[in-house]
Amino acid sequence: MANLAQPATTRLNSPQAVARRRRQYMRERAIEALLFACAAVSVVVTLTIVLVLIRESLAFFSHVSIVEFLTSRTWTPLFSDAEYGILPLVLGTLLSSLVALLVALPLGMVIAIYLSEFAGARVRETLKPFLELLSGIPTVVYGYFALLIVTPLLQATILPNLPGFNVLSAGIVMGIMIIPYISSLSEDAMRAVPDSLRDGSLAMGATRLQTSIKVVVPAAFSGLAAAAVLAISRAVGETMIVAIAAGQQPNFTFNPTESAATITAYIAQVALGDLPHGSIAYQSIFAAGLTLMAMTLVFNLAAYWLRKRFREAY
Amino acid sequence: MAATDTVSTDRTPPSRGFGATERIQRARRAEAAFVGLGIVVTSVGAVTLMALLGGLLSDGWARLTPEFFGNFPSRRATQAGILAAWVGSLLVVLVCAFVAVPVGVAAGVYLEEYARRNWITDVIEINVNNLAGVPSIVYGLLALGVLVYGLGLGQSVATAGLTLALLILPIVIVATRESVRAVPYSIREAAYGVGATKWQVTSHHVLPYASPGISTGVIIGLSRALGETAPLVMIGALSFIAFLPTPPVRDSFPYISFQWLLDPFTVMPIQMFNWVSRPDPAFQANAAAAGLVLLVMTLAMNGFAIWFRIRMRSKIKW
Amino acid sequence: MPTVLNIVSPMDALPPPKMEGVDVKVFYGAKQALFDVSLPVRNRSVTAMIGPSGCGKSTFLRCLNRMNDVILGARVEGAITLDGQNVYDKTVDVVQLRARVGMVFQKPNPFPKSIYDNVAYGPRIHGLSANKAELDGIVETSLKKAGLWKEVADRLDQPGTGLSGGQQQRLCIARAIAVSPEVILMDEPCSALDPIATAIIEELIDELRQNFTIAIVTHSMQQAARVSQYTAFFHLGYLVEYGETRQIFTNPKEARTQAYITGRFG
Repeated sequence: MANLAQPATTRLNSPQAVARRRRQYMRERAIEALLFACAAVSVVVTLTIVLVLIRESLAFFSHVSIVEFLTSRTWTPLFSDAEYGILPLVLGTLLSSLVALLVALPLGMVIAIYLSEFAGARVRETLKPFLELLSGIPTVVYGYFALLIVTPLLQATILPNLPGFNVLSAGIVMGIMIIPYISSLSEDAMRAVPDSLRDGSLAMGATRLQTSIKVVVPAAFSGLAAAAVLAISRAVGETMIVAIAAGQQPNFTFNPTESAATITAYIAQVALGDLPHGSIAYQSIFAAGLTLMAMTLVFNLAAYWLRKRFREAY
Repeated sequence: MAATDTVSTDRTPPSRGFGATERIQRARRAEAAFVGLGIVVTSVGAVTLMALLGGLLSDGWARLTPEFFGNFPSRRATQAGILAAWVGSLLVVLVCAFVAVPVGVAAGVYLEEYARRNWITDVIEINVNNLAGVPSIVYGLLALGVLVYGLGLGQSVATAGLTLALLILPIVIVATRESVRAVPYSIREAAYGVGATKWQVTSHHVLPYASPGISTGVIIGLSRALGETAPLVMIGALSFIAFLPTPPVRDSFPYISFQWLLDPFTVMPIQMFNWVSRPDPAFQANAAAAGLVLLVMTLAMNGFAIWFRIRMRSKIKW
Repeated sequence: MPTVLNIVSPMDALPPPKMEGVDVKVFYGAKQALFDVSLPVRNRSVTAMIGPSGCGKSTFLRCLNRMNDVILGARVEGAITLDGQNVYDKTVDVVQLRARVGMVFQKPNPFPKSIYDNVAYGPRIHGLSANKAELDGIVETSLKKAGLWKEVADRLDQPGTGLSGGQQQRLCIARAIAVSPEVILMDEPCSALDPIATAIIEELIDELRQNFTIAIVTHSMQQAARVSQYTAFFHLGYLVEYGETRQIFTNPKEARTQAYITGRFG
């Protein structure tokens, strides 16, 4: 009570109070520095990733010519007459991602249109969490699903000659995995389209479906494209599903019913063996990793650019 | 989708009553069909989950005995268990949380509350977004090159925990930023107005009010860490581990031990991967059982996070 | 545009300024929001700042306890003194300044904590109480001074956000006076309240003037006339006229003031 009677100046100018404030000031600066250091960790991580990949890749390319790496159609680094052509792995990666996209894009788009333009708040709030759960399932479980459920199912129904390891099942399951990315990013994009555009179309007597397809989807196009590109980038970087279900043999093929290794599957396969630190095989996974990183970077940058264009439009 | 053509005006308009023309009826039917399709397709999440659970249950249910949780891996499928795997998973996720939560929350708070708008902040922001898109196996390469060989941490619990911490860092940062941003500015003003310092405003008000959202993000991040396989394959976790890490408590001074951090380990997803890759159906049943346990754990974490978020959203009022 | 200062003389009879702005200019980025404002805030009295929205009255108020510091890209030139010392001086600690110059905001903004914790927050962070009993005393006195004690005495542990709008605003006033500031700034404190709650707060402001120096921004001219002894009229970032409230409202010197208070613009 005495405190209130005392004018604030006297209390706040007491030597203790001044010392307290000085300590407080020092503490504030220290905390800010610490927080900044934590934020900077992410930059350090990125730099380290790039550094490690480049360092080991340089060592790799001192043994293997870049031309061979980029043009040869054979990848047999674990054989005695090793050949180092990354193309089959890149092709396997793109092929499986393409299958995934063919599954995820139509489904994801229908979901996004339905959730954004048709579903009531209740339905949306009930169904969306299930979709979110899809992206929370461990990929190794998806791998099991592809190898031991989807492949046998395909063999029993439409593709009796499908090999046990094949790009198709892995791609299909990967597609299911990336549906939530496509649907939620696309839904966000479509919801960002101003209602005035919808009203314009509805007022002309168009149905909601016509409005969605002829007005909302074109208006949100770059946002939807960004969603698709980001989802591909996800699929390109996915490891376990393809490592388990698509097979380990590098295979220069455009046929998804064959078995083919992806970049990620190769990296995992080499890591599973007891690889001597510093050997060419060890270095080759970093070169493969660098290629993978470059591919996802291109996709991510494309998505970033598309989204930026979309944001500028609205 | 022919029905969509009806937007264009007819050249010779028919009688303009209110009765639905053939075209409009067709458009209506198309719309009704689409709504049906929408519901079916949107249920794909639930359907896939059912199929997954069903498949795992039918293959692995019989293996879910108490011994399965208490046994080490074995060459005989029926005697193999997941003891080393679930203990390993627990320890690895623990280390991961211990690193990722403080660093991620601090980074998120810095970016949202402290950072001035300049190029350094821009670089950090772009970088966090970029890191979120880096394939997880690349984190494994990073760990292999730097943690395992560079720092000499070896194929240990610490290496795995640190690797996964870096992997989920962007998730924690983004969740922190979003939750911190959702705290109304007026609350900060109120605290500044009575003479609180920046850190007091942050630690007394912003962080506590943002904590439900942050916890949601942390739980989702940790469930991701729990299910992550590829980076751990890279650091060589796929070994036959028939022992537990050193206990953290000892009977002699100083009673606690951190030796377990440097012990080799295996985790649930790795154990499952190991079993899945074997041609013997008996091991694949083990894989299904392990997958079931893993799936239930991650789904429980995700489900809890989603539930918590919805609950908090309806509860908070300013 | 030249700034005309019509400070009524002789001023000898008036209380001395507790705070004073001298040629205050404020910039938000490249945009200038205040132009050379010089204005006293007199001791133990209520100074009202009126003017159409966007005229700079809130901006000036926020300079008095440096709340503008929090806004990125805000720059203040000129001087603002508290007991003769420039508050923008490098040696002044902004935390201490805000303990001496408290603030009540437009929208009631209690913390989502208990009523007790809301009021106790300031004393706690400034270390104003030696023990729990003393803190209890501060909370009770502050709530009494804010005229809220009777309504909440039996539910101090309930959340402050559960109170009505008018009660919340009085809670915010209690929170501000709990650190016993010398000056209280009020930024349109009644704009979110109904007429009855407004009347209670206005009565309270009149009582608080016994112990505190008060500067209040209001969009309501009637409110300015009811609660203040001095009024400053702002327009487009300039201080147009300052004087005793009675003089401003009955006999304004400036044509623009006249036009505004008679409702011809604003």
